[in-house]
Amino acid sequence: MTATLPSRRTEPAAEDRAQGKRRANRAWFLVLPVVVSVAFTAVIPLMTVVNYSVQDIFSPDDRLFVGLEWFRSVARDPEVRAAFVRTLLFSAQVLLLEIPLGVAVAVVMPRRGLGVPAALVLVALPLLIPWNVVGTIWQIFARPDIGLGGWAVNNVLGLDYNYTLDAGDAWITVLVMDVWHWTPLVALLAYAGLRSIPDPYFQAAQIDGASAWATFRHIQLPRLRGVLTIAILLRFMDSFMIYTEPFVVTGGGPGNATSFLSVLLSKIAVGQFDLGPAGAFSLLYFLAVQIVCYVFFTVLTRTGR
Amino acid sequence: MRRLPWARTVFWLYGITLMLPLLWMFGMSIRPNQDILGSFRLIPERVTFDNYVTFFTDPVWYSSYLNSIVYTSMNAVMSLVIALPAAYAFSRFRFAGDKHLFFWLLTNRMAPPAVFLLPFFQIYQAVGLFDTHLGVAIAHMLFNVPLAVWILEGFMSGIPREIDETAAIDGYSLPRFFVRIFLPMIRSAIGVTLFFCFMFSWVELLIARTITSVNAKPIAATMTRTVSAAGVDWGLLAAAGVLTIVPGAIVIWFVRNYIAKGFSLGRV
Amino acid sequence: MAEIRLEGVAHSYDGGGTWALKPMTWTWRTGRAYALLGPSGCGKTTLLNIVSGLLTPTRGRIWFDDREVTGVPPAGRNIAQVFQFPVLYDQMSVYDNLAFPLRNRGYPKQEVDRRVRRVSGLLGLDEHLRRRSRRLDAGRQQIVALGRGLVRPEVAAVLLDEPLTVVDPAMKWTLRSKLKEIHRDTGHTLVYVTHDQTEALTFADEVVVLNDGEIVQAGEPGELFLSPAHEFVGHFIGSPGMNVLDGSVAGGLVLVGDAAVGRASGDLPPGPVRIGVRPEFVRLTSEEAPPGIAARVTGIDRMGAYDLVHAQVNGHPLVARTDAAAVREPGSVTFLRFAEGRAFLFRDAVRCGVVEPLAGSAP
Repeated sequence: MTATLPSRRTEPAAEDRAQGKRRANRAWFLVLPVVVSVAFTAVIPLMTVVNYSVQDIFSPDDRLFVGLEWFRSVARDPEVRAAFVRTLLFSAQVLLLEIPLGVAVAVVMPRRGLGVPAALVLVALPLLIPWNVVGTIWQIFARPDIGLGGWAVNNVLGLDYNYTLDAGDAWITVLVMDVWHWTPLVALLAYAGLRSIPDPYFQAAQIDGASAWATFRHIQLPRLRGVLTIAILLRFMDSFMIYTEPFVVTGGGPGNATSFLSVLLSKIAVGQFDLGPAGAFSLLYFLAVQIVCYVFFTVLTRTGR
Repeated sequence: MRRLPWARTVFWLYGITLMLPLLWMFGMSIRPNQDILGSFRLIPERVTFDNYVTFFTDPVWYSSYLNSIVYTSMNAVMSLVIALPAAYAFSRFRFAGDKHLFFWLLTNRMAPPAVFLLPFFQIYQAVGLFDTHLGVAIAHMLFNVPLAVWILEGFMSGIPREIDETAAIDGYSLPRFFVRIFLPMIRSAIGVTLFFCFMFSWVELLIARTITSVNAKPIAATMTRTVSAAGVDWGLLAAAGVLTIVPGAIVIWFVRNYIAKGFSLGRV
Repeated sequence: MAEIRLEGVAHSYDGGGTWALKPMTWTWRTGRAYALLGPSGCGKTTLLNIVSGLLTPTRGRIWFDDREVTGVPPAGRNIAQVFQFPVLYDQMSVYDNLAFPLRNRGYPKQEVDRRVRRVSGLLGLDEHLRRRSRRLDAGRQQIVALGRGLVRPEVAAVLLDEPLTVVDPAMKWTLRSKLKEIHRDTGHTLVYVTHDQTEALTFADEVVVLNDGEIVQAGEPGELFLSPAHEFVGHFIGSPGMNVLDGSVAGGLVLVGDAAVGRASGDLPPGPVRIGVRPEFVRLTSEEAPPGIAARVTGIDRMGAYDLVHAQVNGHPLVARTDAAAVREPGSVTFLRFAEGRAFLFRDAVRCGVVEPLAGSAP
C-alpha cells in the first residue's frame, strides 16, 4: 500500500536540493576538518610530486631546475607508451566483461527468502580480501602444477597453459582474476538498483505481456543508469590504477606482458628512485585518469536525457 | 515478480565458481608443503594445522595481523568523524565554492596510489608518522574521506530538512541536534560508511607497505616473507591468506542486511 | 468484456497462518462500475491482484464467463490495471507506451497504429503522442497507464488501484469525470479501489465494502448510507460515522439503560444488542415522553450549514446533526428520538433488526 513515488526520483534531484538549502558560509567550519585532512594526505604530497617533476635531483642538496624536460621524456618513452596502451586495453576489457556479467548476476540473484543474505555475503566476500591476497589466491589457483584452475585447463581442457612462461596466458590470468575480484562490485551495485524498482513496474509488465527480455530492456536496464554510471567510473579508475594483484601474480611479466602503468611507475619511483621522471609520470598518469573519467561521466549522464 | 525458472540455478553455479579459488587456497593451507609440491590431488591426503600454528606462534606474523586490524579500525573511525560534519554541510547549506570543493574531493579518489608513494615516504618520515599505526590510518584517509563524505551526503540528502528546522524551533542547538536526533536517524548510513572505510583500508597494500617497516607493518606485507631462497612456503602463505579473509567475512556477516542498500550509496 | 466470478476465493500470504482474504464468492457483473472501498490493509489490493492474475489465490476458483482462469497468468486474462502511482516505461514516448502491449503480442504494424490512435483519441492524448512519457504531469501519466490497458481488444475489465493518490486535488475531480466518461463510452467493467468514501460514492454504480478480508456489504451508494448491514459500514461511510449505543432487548422492547426506545423487529431473542443510528437520524427534543431518552449535551460544533451536537447517553458519547443555530448549551439536558426505520440493531457487528416505533406512541 505504501509504495514510494518514483516520479519524485525522476525529478532533477540536485536542482531540487539546491533550492531548499540555506546560504551559510559558516558551513565552511564544518568542512574544515575534511579540507585539512585532504590537504595533508593529497595536496602536500601532490605539490611534492610537482616539485620533483621539474627538477633533476642528484642528492637532497644538489638539484637542477629542468622545466618540462621530464614530462617530454616520459611522454616520449616507448616503455611508458606501451604500458599506457596496455593499461587502456586492460581497462576496456575489464569494463566490457564485468559490466554485462555483473548485471547478469544481479538479475539472477535471489530477491526474497533465506537465500538473500547468503547470496549477498557470498558475492561480497571477494571485495574484502586484501588485494595482494587476491593475487596470492590466483597465483596458487592458476599454477599448472599445484593450482586447481591451471591444472584443470591443462589436464581437463587439454590446453597448454602456463602463466609464468606465456605472455598471453599471463594476460588472461590477470584479466580473469580481475573479473573474479570485481564483478561482485558491479553485481551488488546493480542488485541495489534493481531492488529499488517498485513491484508495480513488474506487475504492469506482466499484464502487458512483456517477455523476460522486454522486462529487462524496458524496465530494469533504464533504471540501472545511475548505479551503472557509478560502477563504470569505479571500475575504470581502479582497473586503470591496478597494481597489487598483477604484481603478486606475474610481477609485470613475463617480459613486459602485464607491466601496467602503476607497475612501471613503482619500478621507476621506488625501484630506481628516479624522482624527476617519476614525478612527471605521476602527474601525467593522474591527468589521464581524470580526463577519461570526465569523458565517461559526461557521456553517461548526457545520453538518454 | 516473475523470475526466470533457471535464475536460481545459474546464480548458485556462479556462487560456487566464485568460491572455488578460495576453497582451493583453504585446501592448500591444511596440507604439508611436501604434499602441495608432490602429486596433484583434489582432496588433501594428510590434514595438518601446522601452518596456522606457525602463524599464531610467530610474533612477526600475528603482530602484523594485529597492526592491520588496528590501523584499519582507526582509519574507519577517523574518516567517519571527519566526514560527518562535512557531509552535513554539503547536504544542508550552500556556501562559497561548495560544488567545486565537493568535486575536487571526489577527484582525490581518482589519484593512483602509486603517485603518492614517494612523497608519502618522505613526508611521513619528516613528521615522525613513519611506521606508526596513526600514519597508515591518516594515509588511507586519502581515499576514504572523500568516499565517506560522498556516501553520507547521499544518505543525508534523503532526510527532509524540515527535521532540522523543527528541532531548531524546539530549541536544539546544532551540535545537540546533530548528536541527539540526526545521528540516530542515519544509523544505517554510518554503518555502511564504516563498512566501506574498513573495506578499502583493509585491502590496500601499496601505501601501507611503503610507509611502514616493522612496528606498523601490515599483514599483507609480511606475506612476502614466505618467499625465500628455498622457494615459496605455499602452505604458510595460504594459511595467512585464509586468515586475512576472516575479518572481512565477519564484518560482512554483521552488515549483511544493509549490503544491498549500502552498495547503492544512498543514491538509488 | 466478461462477467468475473470468484468462487470461494481466499488468500493467505503465509501459507494459511493468517488470511488476507477470507473465503468469498462474488460476481463482478459486465459493464458496471464498482468501487472497492475499505481501510488500508483490508485486502483490497490482494483482491484486485487475484482478479488480474498477479496473485494466484490460495483457495477457490476464478471464472471469466465460462472460462476458468484461476491458473492463467495476467497476460492471458486481458485485464487492464492501473496502479497507485503512474507506471510507465519512462524512456519511451507516449505512443510507444500505448503500443507496447500490442507489440509484445506481435500485432501487425498497421493494427498497432490503428488501435493506438483510437485509444489516444478516446483519452485525449493525441497531441502528446510524440512526447516522452515522463515529461507529462502525474494525472496524464495515469491516463497513459490506463490507455496501455485499453489498447488491447476485448479487455475483460479495467482495475484501478487508488489511481488518484499522486494526482493533486484540483486534477482529481477532472480525472474522475474522465474515468466515468470512458466507462460510459466503452462499457468496460470497472473496479475502482479506494479508501476514500467520497471517491467511492460519487464514482460507482455499486460500492463493495471490504473489511478485514471480507466483503461486509455491497450495494448502491444510497443503500450503504441508509441501511448499513454491518457496524463497520456505518462507521466507515458517512461523516461523522454512525453512533453505536449498547442496549438490550427484553420482552420485545429495545432498551437503553432502563428507557425503551422502540420495539425490536421480528422475533429477536432477548439479550444484549448494539443500536446504530446515524447522526442525521437523531432528533433532539425538549419534551420528555417515550420513546425519548435523556442525554446531556457536552459540546456543539458549528459547521455553518448545520450543527453537530455531542451528547452523553448512559455514559456513551453520541453525535446528532441538527439545524444550524438551535439554542442549546453544553451541560443542558435534552431528549433523543430516532427517525423511524433508521435505527438498526446489531449483534456481532452484523445487522439483526430494526428499531420499530413503540405501539401507541406518537409517530
